[in-house]
Amino acid sequence: MLLRNGCAGRILKSGLFRSMSTSWWKHVEPAPKDPILGVTEAFLADPSPDKVNVGVGAYRDDNGKPVVLECVREAERRIAGNLNMEYLPMGGSIKMIEETLKLAYGENSDLIKEKHIAAVQALSGTGACRLFADFQKRFSPDSQIYIPVPTWANHHNLWRDAHVPQNTFHYYHPESRGLDFASMMEDIKNAPNGSFFLLHACAHNPTGVDPTEEQWREISHQFKVKGHFAFFDMAYQGFASGDPERDAKSIRIFLEDGHLIGCAQSYAKNMGLYGQRVGCLSVICEDEKQAVAVKSQLQQLARPMYSNPPVHGALVVSTILGDPELKKLWLTEVKGMADRIIGMRSALRENLEKLGSPLSWEHITKQIGMFCYSGMTPEQVDRLTNEYHIYMTRNGRISMAGVTTGNVGFLANAIHEVTKSA
Amino acid sequence: MSASSDHANSVFASVVQAPEDPILGVTVAYNKDPSPDKLNLGVGAYRTEEGKPLVLKVVRKAEQLLVNDPSRVKEYLPITGLADFNKLSAKLIFGADSLAIQENRVTTVQCLSGTGSLRVGAEFLARHYHERTIYIPQPTWGNHPKVFTLAGLSVKTYRYYSPNTRGLDFQGLLEDLGSAPAGAIVLLHACAHNPTGVDPTSDQWEQIRQLMRSKGLLPFFDSAYQGFASGSLDADAASVRMFVADGGECLAAQSYAKNMGLYGERVGALSIVCKTAEVASRVESQLKLVIRPMYSNPPIHGASIVATVLKDRDLYNEWTVELKAMADRIISMRKQLFDALQARGTPGDWSHILKQIGMFTFTGLNANQVAFMTKEYHIYMTSDGRISMAGLSSRTVPNLTEAIHAAVSSVA
Repeated sequence: MLLRNGCAGRILKSGLFRSMSTSWWKHVEPAPKDPILGVTEAFLADPSPDKVNVGVGAYRDDNGKPVVLECVREAERRIAGNLNMEYLPMGGSIKMIEETLKLAYGENSDLIKEKHIAAVQALSGTGACRLFADFQKRFSPDSQIYIPVPTWANHHNLWRDAHVPQNTFHYYHPESRGLDFASMMEDIKNAPNGSFFLLHACAHNPTGVDPTEEQWREISHQFKVKGHFAFFDMAYQGFASGDPERDAKSIRIFLEDGHLIGCAQSYAKNMGLYGQRVGCLSVICEDEKQAVAVKSQLQQLARPMYSNPPVHGALVVSTILGDPELKKLWLTEVKGMADRIIGMRSALRENLEKLGSPLSWEHITKQIGMFCYSGMTPEQVDRLTNEYHIYMTRNGRISMAGVTTGNVGFLANAIHEVTKSA
Repeated sequence: MSASSDHANSVFASVVQAPEDPILGVTVAYNKDPSPDKLNLGVGAYRTEEGKPLVLKVVRKAEQLLVNDPSRVKEYLPITGLADFNKLSAKLIFGADSLAIQENRVTTVQCLSGTGSLRVGAEFLARHYHERTIYIPQPTWGNHPKVFTLAGLSVKTYRYYSPNTRGLDFQGLLEDLGSAPAGAIVLLHACAHNPTGVDPTSDQWEQIRQLMRSKGLLPFFDSAYQGFASGSLDADAASVRMFVADGGECLAAQSYAKNMGLYGERVGALSIVCKTAEVASRVESQLKLVIRPMYSNPPIHGASIVATVLKDRDLYNEWTVELKAMADRIISMRKQLFDALQARGTPGDWSHILKQIGMFTFTGLNANQVAFMTKEYHIYMTSDGRISMAGLSSRTVPNLTEAIHAAVSSVA
């Protein structure tokens, strides 16, 4: 249209008309597959009838099927056709937030009554962590984040994308497959005063290793001494022990000690609302005025990201938690899920011990929550996948939710085979 | 200062309260007003003649289908979202017969409505594109500059609206885009420009396209009103399709907030049209790296509703009828307001109310006049004089007419 033939060659070389013949994106590298979500992709592509997916952390029933909780089905029946789909406020559903804060901080929390908490609805746990990371960058620009080793891989990505520098602290002790408490306390003591720490409130992902109540008290005390900021990622409340109050113990201990914490909460697992992306970010402040200010700033970060959060999942949550009958039903169902997993832990360990494994598998029942950090090497995991069509992340993390009475024997046998000569 | 006393003080003690969002803040103020005659012409959400929010019948039907399907689960969507939804969305905006789609040169990812699609696209550009400047029209939706700035782009403007004519400053637009550096990104409102309602004509779009392609400027379309502007889905996508038809690359952000009334469900899509299928595949993999650390994967509910409607012939047709009805009601509101102002003898030329298109009218009222109308008549709008026609009804047109008349007569 604009080119006369004689000029075409020269103009193309000059790059001005590059878009006419070549792509602007030629140089774009193919991104590496997500290490966790890539596992499910590979599993789905496998034609073997015996394949087992113990990769991604999504609950399955004893038939290996995804579950929609009864309380959720009922809530959705009530919601459908009744409400409009108007924009939520930037900070999300007030009702949902109120109920969510009660879960984390207690039904009768003074902090809630006195409005000391800045809280916004977020896009599940990921969104809550990311919003906090962006907030941390903006309002504590010189701070870094201390992240446990290991942690959920996406934690590193999201603090990096928020441009917050990262450090790590010791957490998992490979030899004992438990907590490296001494080194963790060393790292807490050695970090500069007022450092920001990421803590998993319960059911640490990927190891399933949690501090004991006594250890939490020591950690909290040391945080006081050092003036550190504690940010809790709580993705499994209720899902770990079956009792939401118990699973929030770490947070309650910190509150007793007067810490002003931050907290990311998710309903993905404990209400089975995975794809609905429902969560909450809360930041405890000194007083109501500060809470209002902090909330307004969190909203300023959400507005240029997605304007306001999705309404459907929030409605499901507030419908359930706002109705005593439905809430009771939910608590029963959560306990049911947690109990099934605890049962599978016992079964897997028993099976391995019966097979005469030379290794100790005590950690399977000591660890808690959705995941078991088996201690297997990447090479052993590869053998499990290639020889037995068993899919898990290469760090040896097994999603116990994917274990059933139907496959636990097969799984134990396969694990025994690849580890017996270790 | 001892470390142990620090723990009682918030590390965020110095955080100051942010100002209200200029657009969403209007609704906040409106809600506080006790007057029974108050009128909210602020945020762009459709209202019926009775002033009520509207959930489309097809949406209700889709909802029932979903809720009654026991096989439906709530699992995580892939990072890129619901596959059906993505394919159908691309077809919707680029056309079912689009060569670019047939050649697999389009990557489409589900995002959180228009805002989310813009943000993901902008983050991708900030990481992978060689030009970090985006040109946005003057004026534009208030949230645009923040979205692009936070994504890491620097924002410049190009002339767009002419206050004198209350129409397009086409000369200014051509001059400003003409002097932009080669390769710069240009934000284009696909139709129903927000806030002005002023769109280029078909001929003007062609001239814009030629200019942009000659300078290698990268088009980034914001399509928030497809079907809502003229009542025709195809007509409202003509500008985008014109650019795709020339074989070049572009980005397009789509929203289903208005045209399917799914506001709070946050349903949208980002499409990137690339030169080759191979490039599109690599681009998609990089989009995933933007999304995963932001929110992992998008919400399932709204996208499921859209896919249900788009893939069913009958539901789709029903939708086009409901969409046209919404667009027609707005067009009739424009006529009613214009006629009322004429009848009242209100000073000034109000023909722009008829010429502008889409949800909004850029009245030309200044901030003082707007404040006057809010104080004296309890009419709420953004301070730039933008009114949402969707918030008007036959019943409220007289009150608005009075208010405008009083404002232009008594306030400078």
